[in-house]
Amino acid sequence: MGPDIAAALARLRRQRRPPEQQARTDGGLDEGSAKAPVSPVSKLWYSDAVQAIPFWLPPALLMGWFVYGAVGWNLLISLTDWSGLGQPEYTSLSLEMYRELPGDRSFRAAFRNTVILLVAFTGVSLAIGLVLAILVDRDIRFENTFRTIYLLPMALSFVVTAIFWSWMYNPTTGTINVVLRGIGLDVLASDWIGNPRTRLWAIIFALTWQFSGYAMVVYLAGLRAIPDEHYEAAKVDGASTLRMYWRVIIPQLSAATVSAVVVLMVFALKAFDFIFVMFGDNPGRSADILAVMMFRVAFSRAQWAYGAAVATVLFVMALAIVAPYLYVQYRRGAL
Amino acid sequence: MSDDTVKPTTDPTRADTRLDGVDLERISLYAILCGLIAFYLSPLWSGLTTAFKTQSAFVRTSPLAPPMPEGFTLEPWELAFATMQGGLLNSVTFVLPATVLSATLGSLAAYGLTKLSWRGQVAILVLFLAGVFLPYQSVLVPLRQFWSAVDVAGLLSFAPFLANRADLIELTITHTAYGVPICTILFRSYYLAMDDAMIEAAKLDGASPFTIYRRIVLPLSAPMFAVALIYQFTQVWNDLLFALVLVTSRSNYVVTQSLNVLQGSMVQEYNIQMAGAFIAALPTIVVYVVFGRQFAKGITGAS
Repeated sequence: MGPDIAAALARLRRQRRPPEQQARTDGGLDEGSAKAPVSPVSKLWYSDAVQAIPFWLPPALLMGWFVYGAVGWNLLISLTDWSGLGQPEYTSLSLEMYRELPGDRSFRAAFRNTVILLVAFTGVSLAIGLVLAILVDRDIRFENTFRTIYLLPMALSFVVTAIFWSWMYNPTTGTINVVLRGIGLDVLASDWIGNPRTRLWAIIFALTWQFSGYAMVVYLAGLRAIPDEHYEAAKVDGASTLRMYWRVIIPQLSAATVSAVVVLMVFALKAFDFIFVMFGDNPGRSADILAVMMFRVAFSRAQWAYGAAVATVLFVMALAIVAPYLYVQYRRGAL
Repeated sequence: MSDDTVKPTTDPTRADTRLDGVDLERISLYAILCGLIAFYLSPLWSGLTTAFKTQSAFVRTSPLAPPMPEGFTLEPWELAFATMQGGLLNSVTFVLPATVLSATLGSLAAYGLTKLSWRGQVAILVLFLAGVFLPYQSVLVPLRQFWSAVDVAGLLSFAPFLANRADLIELTITHTAYGVPICTILFRSYYLAMDDAMIEAAKLDGASPFTIYRRIVLPLSAPMFAVALIYQFTQVWNDLLFALVLVTSRSNYVVTQSLNVLQGSMVQEYNIQMAGAFIAALPTIVVYVVFGRQFAKGITGAS
């Protein structure tokens, strides 16, 4: 913090100087003011606030239109009754679509599955990621290779991983059942993605495979930030390795956990591509999630307003996850 | 690299255990790590073996067994490539501009939000940061409305070559817009850590903000450009959702779409599906293997 303030002060002092010592600008407004006393206009013109505008405003406008403009437009569409061909009528707005949601059984199922996916996927990915990070951090040889392989699935498209896992889960010749039969667990072998009772869990398992490497990377950074003395102190106290991690190391990873949770949960909300490639736009009530339902309702059935309402629910869920995180980051001065 | 070489010397407690000769803890550690490798690679391995097997071979043999000479074939790769080559070409033509554009805009925005000091930066920054976490479903319907209102093909009718690619141009702009937030965040954390001395000196010499950006900040940004470009390339190449909504004409299908079509039309030909999956994944796998470090930096940049 200290040097920042010093730098800011230095900058402030410089800003008070007359413009001839200041930055030459391309296309300056007032050439004549170089010799004249500093006018408020030229002071404003040469301030960093104004000089910064050409850099951040164009990207901000592009992003702002596509992100915030579109979110607002989506909200507006969700208040109409637009469906089928033609254009939305923005004259009569109502909350009709939102009133329909609670009574819609497929919405309730999709909402429930989304929450299950969110919680189970995030929890399991974190746990596996933590274990991976601790193992990789134990001063092993070929650490790079291990890390690279655990993180590899994250570089793959959902389209690719969904195709791999459809094959893995194939009831007769898929790897999962072949391995289960191979180790004598024939009873467990089943049609994992065909059976509605296991479908959602099969998806969660595959997504965990894809994203646990991410949790590992985040935790690894957290572990590397813990001073070696903490490990040594625990060793001197005679704590077992397990106890050392549980009592000394893991409690220091809370910041890493929080940021990993937020990112993983948002990944889970976006898990559309994977389910869409595996099951098409209707994975059945047992594995439907809001992201897939929104696409089906809007783009397959042309119930645009209703789809927009489902999309708003998704947006609010994401906001509920991210807003507290951003607020805490802001309060900690991390932004 | 540095981690691997420095750690052992700074960590005497863990080095000690290595002197004990046969060390059960170490052995079980490596056993677990290798078991995990087998788990993480198994979907890729069973896909790879299957892609080289004939239909009858992959039905009869274990997916983990490598292809035997009598069941070996390259045909799935040829068939998959023939179906997907149009998609591959389309993806290359739109992913590269979208990647470069969002990284450049992100760098410019981050420069305006860090190296020039003014109040209210954090408010703007929060808007960028929240954009990183946006679930894309919540913008899909307006996105379709917007791009059907803006007649890109009509605007480009003077150049039929571009007009035919209107879907891809829409996709490029869309991906650029949604890539700007994460790129800005990545560059901002980098610029905050950048030494101000040179910039301050240049300012005193009367250099304009743009000159400072081009002469000082941009050349120093090369490592972060690598991170942002690799992150964006992977994201955009791998995306299916935006393409589903924006790309309607089959001749403009991108690689993920053509892979999805391939999967839908060859339901039982798992060997062709697997070959197709590898073809679509190859560019990102290569980028990942070569630039693993930058990739890891990119994905953790948002947190």
